[in-house]
Amino acid sequence: MTIRTLASTVAAAALVAATAASAEVDFSGETIEWVIPFSETGGSAKWANFFAPLLSEELPGNPTVVVKFMPGAGSTKGANWFQEQEHEDGTLMFGTSGSTQFPYLLGDPRVRYEYSDWVPVMASGTGGVAYLNAEDGKKFDGSANNLKDIDFIYGSQGATRLDLVPLLAWQMLGMNVEPVFGIKGRGDGRLMFERGEATIDYQTSSAYLGAAKDLVDAGTAVPMMTWGALDDDGNIVRDPTFPDIPTFKEVCEATEGCETSGEAWDAWKAFFIAGFPVQKIAFLPAGTPDDVRETYEAAFDAVRNRDDFAEIAAKRVGKYPVFVGEGAARATKEGTTVSADAKAFVTNWLQEAYGVSLN
Amino acid sequence: MDILATALPALGDAWALILQPVVLGYLVLGVVMGLAVGVFPGLGGIAGLSLLLPFMFGMEPVLGLALMIGMVAVVPTSDTFASVLMGIPGSSASQATVLDGFPLAKRGQAARALAAAFSSSLFGGLVGALFLTIFILVARPIVLAFGLPEMLMITILGLSMVAVLAGRVALKGLAAAGLGLMIGTIGEADAGGSLRMATYDIPYLTDGLKLVIVGLGIFAVPEIVSLLRQDRSIAKDAKLGAGWGAGVRDWFANKWLSVRCSLIGVLVGIIPGLGGSVVDWIAYGHSVQTTKDKSNFGKGEIRGVIGPESSNNAKEGGGLVPTLLFGIPGSGSMAIFIGAIALLGSGDIEVGPSMLRDNLDITYSIVWLLALANVVGTLLCIAASGGIARLTTIRFTYLAPFLFMLISFAAFQSGQNFEDLLALFVIGLIGIFLRRFDWSRPAFLIGFVLSNPVEKFSNQAFQIASFRFRKSFEEGMDYVFSPIVIVLIIVTVVSVVLGLRQAKSIMAEGDVQSGSKRAPLVFLLVISAYLVTALINAWLIPNFNLTDKIVPLVVGGIALTCCLIMLVQMMLRPETDVIFADKEVSGEDADAPYGLWSTLAWFAALIGLTFVVGFILALVGFMTAFLRVRAGASWQKTAILTAAGVALMCVMAGALNRDFPPGLLQDAVDLPWPLN
Repeated sequence: MTIRTLASTVAAAALVAATAASAEVDFSGETIEWVIPFSETGGSAKWANFFAPLLSEELPGNPTVVVKFMPGAGSTKGANWFQEQEHEDGTLMFGTSGSTQFPYLLGDPRVRYEYSDWVPVMASGTGGVAYLNAEDGKKFDGSANNLKDIDFIYGSQGATRLDLVPLLAWQMLGMNVEPVFGIKGRGDGRLMFERGEATIDYQTSSAYLGAAKDLVDAGTAVPMMTWGALDDDGNIVRDPTFPDIPTFKEVCEATEGCETSGEAWDAWKAFFIAGFPVQKIAFLPAGTPDDVRETYEAAFDAVRNRDDFAEIAAKRVGKYPVFVGEGAARATKEGTTVSADAKAFVTNWLQEAYGVSLN
Repeated sequence: MDILATALPALGDAWALILQPVVLGYLVLGVVMGLAVGVFPGLGGIAGLSLLLPFMFGMEPVLGLALMIGMVAVVPTSDTFASVLMGIPGSSASQATVLDGFPLAKRGQAARALAAAFSSSLFGGLVGALFLTIFILVARPIVLAFGLPEMLMITILGLSMVAVLAGRVALKGLAAAGLGLMIGTIGEADAGGSLRMATYDIPYLTDGLKLVIVGLGIFAVPEIVSLLRQDRSIAKDAKLGAGWGAGVRDWFANKWLSVRCSLIGVLVGIIPGLGGSVVDWIAYGHSVQTTKDKSNFGKGEIRGVIGPESSNNAKEGGGLVPTLLFGIPGSGSMAIFIGAIALLGSGDIEVGPSMLRDNLDITYSIVWLLALANVVGTLLCIAASGGIARLTTIRFTYLAPFLFMLISFAAFQSGQNFEDLLALFVIGLIGIFLRRFDWSRPAFLIGFVLSNPVEKFSNQAFQIASFRFRKSFEEGMDYVFSPIVIVLIIVTVVSVVLGLRQAKSIMAEGDVQSGSKRAPLVFLLVISAYLVTALINAWLIPNFNLTDKIVPLVVGGIALTCCLIMLVQMMLRPETDVIFADKEVSGEDADAPYGLWSTLAWFAALIGLTFVVGFILALVGFMTAFLRVRAGASWQKTAILTAAGVALMCVMAGALNRDFPPGLLQDAVDLPWPLN
């Protein structure tokens, strides 16, 4: 059973019961605080600001939903704070992203939070596309075989962030990609690519559609691969948003020396799931009773079932699949657990390739 | 002609959009809200915009834009009030304004300084919009021409302004800038994540110190404490001199300076990644270098106000270019602005490369709404400046508790940690001693502001350059020494040479007398000890993270060398030498009726009380005690003022949905807002 099936079947069934049970929860005149452990300027802020007014319309009593920002220590500060919160009246919600999950998965010493204590009510994901500059793109034939002798430069936010997924993928393909660390966002990475300083880049789906696609159309960039999407059986398949672009899995299979099994592949896949298909999760604090949880689940379900949801979501936050209820719980579990082997492999690789030690 | 053929109709459409009564109404509404938020130091456009976000969903695009732009545009205008009247830099846009604006207020010329600043802001905003209207069409390749070496050179040009602002002893200025740079490296390194002078046990330090706190600590705290010790009004003898008309005339007399600084503002603002942090210092440096008689800078030279203020509003316009053309925000408020645009209407307007192609009319609307908001905001500010300037005639002891309240609140908003208040206090202490011993505070602040860009750009440029050199020597040289870089190097060298020649006549701290050897020597030793510690700390970072240690090692080494040379000089020179400058020897501070520590203790008490009972309860206790004991006010007056202060905080925080620092009491008991 995978996330997808659960999202569509179990959750839907649970929600029928939820809607009935939640009749007593009423937020009239109240203010719901949705705390985001990032600054006002990031992607998570955009995500929460998109959902907040929609949620307000669907929750019983139409409470005001305000988004509050608590940035610090790469989101571990806010998450540590949320760990100490307990259910009071159901007016507190918290949102995490891949940047909160990765330190947790990698055993960052600042992490004092435990995902399994919290109550997930909604989860959503995204995809990603890697692309090359025009010159090197000519040598790309669906495999990385002709790219192995080229030195690439990549503007990166840090090897322990979401960039872990592309960096590990390129390494598995045998490509020589030198990351320039310390940029502040993927937008800066794209600018570096446009200036010709970086020669390889990746963007999340919505950012790719918004800006990088223009480069491809103009012939200055060549799409290389997507990270893919998960099908109902947990296999990596082509990203439905980009059906014409091969996935990393396909490119890996076509490339000499790249294996789609074994510890490197398992580790990559585990972190890919945490970073992309289950990137952002909305939580209620520990100890939240079922009726409150069900109220939120019903509201999020109503949001994603709005007639215009697909349309407005595509424009504002990208075509993300949205999981609620059991689906969100399952997604959270998938996105916040990696096997000990995968963790050991990645920690070791980070140490060897970039000298990053997390102690 | 092709460009004109597309631009002119779009420009016409834009004006047709803007000039609807309802749009103008929303613009004025935004301006008024922006002014209300902007006069509070440290809040700025981000807080205001976040407040507007929930209303943006599905709003008619041009109305939403008018509202948001009205708010964003006036923040760099209205924060001038705090920087000129109280010496509090409200945001990075008003740091250089403090240097001459506040001395003018002290001389009773607050209204003149404000009016000159606002006229310059208005003019800068208009020049910026005019320039952008044409430039935005051809901006894309120019923005892309600014790679990492170019950005590094602009940052270095900004740093070179230290030469102008170094003060009478160049070594001291250099050491102050070095110290600022080193303080700026505290925390987790951007590149490799190594910790510098920080530990995971104190998570607060891993994020580094925030600009708001350092700005307040270095400029505001020392001035507040000094004025409070002297127990006088800000304007000496509580007299107001020249009115706002004089300020407008001052601006007109210096209109060409204003034009040049506006253009500097737009051009630097256009470069993504630098934001506003260097603009006002470059403009200030330019103002100094183009003024014949430099003796008044730092003491209340009106050109020192006109230059930076002309550039900082123009910069907002320039910042629109990376925001709209590349979807890369030039500042925090621009980042929210981008997010908010996606919420407008049906979400058709997409910021990024397609903006010019698909939405040129909207682009022009944004540019000219910004200009229009500047006009409206400035006129309101000029109208208010005469009245607000009277604040400077109030006995400072009555203002001080409110200022302590405001700066504490502002500091807390930057990170929402109790440690923010502690950091403010510690940096404030550094500021007090820098001021006392005539170490250039502007140099320190420039160092701090540019610390991160210097490190980031030099590391990244080095990495990419070595990559190019590996390909071929020529390619490497082409990358590092592009025409833009060469021009910037020439400008920097000229500005350093001129700056060093002029620095001696610019005394930002006034003419500080020298006295005994002991106190200045102890301070120098303390600074040296910190630098040594930081150097050892950087040295211990493993070598595979060279990117995280190289800048602290080089900068710290230079700063320490300066300190050691000064140490030798101190041993050799007599105690009347300028190197021993000490404000406690003679002058206003030495003659003040109150001591430093007893005055500072009040501020410490507010912070200490906050730690125990939370901010609002602490504020009640602090204001009551301060007004009764220090100001000697009647119970009735004390009660009214305390109630006013607390009410002001609550209304402000309530409207903006902000929290107050909680204390131990709040950990133990659940209290209702605002006591929680």
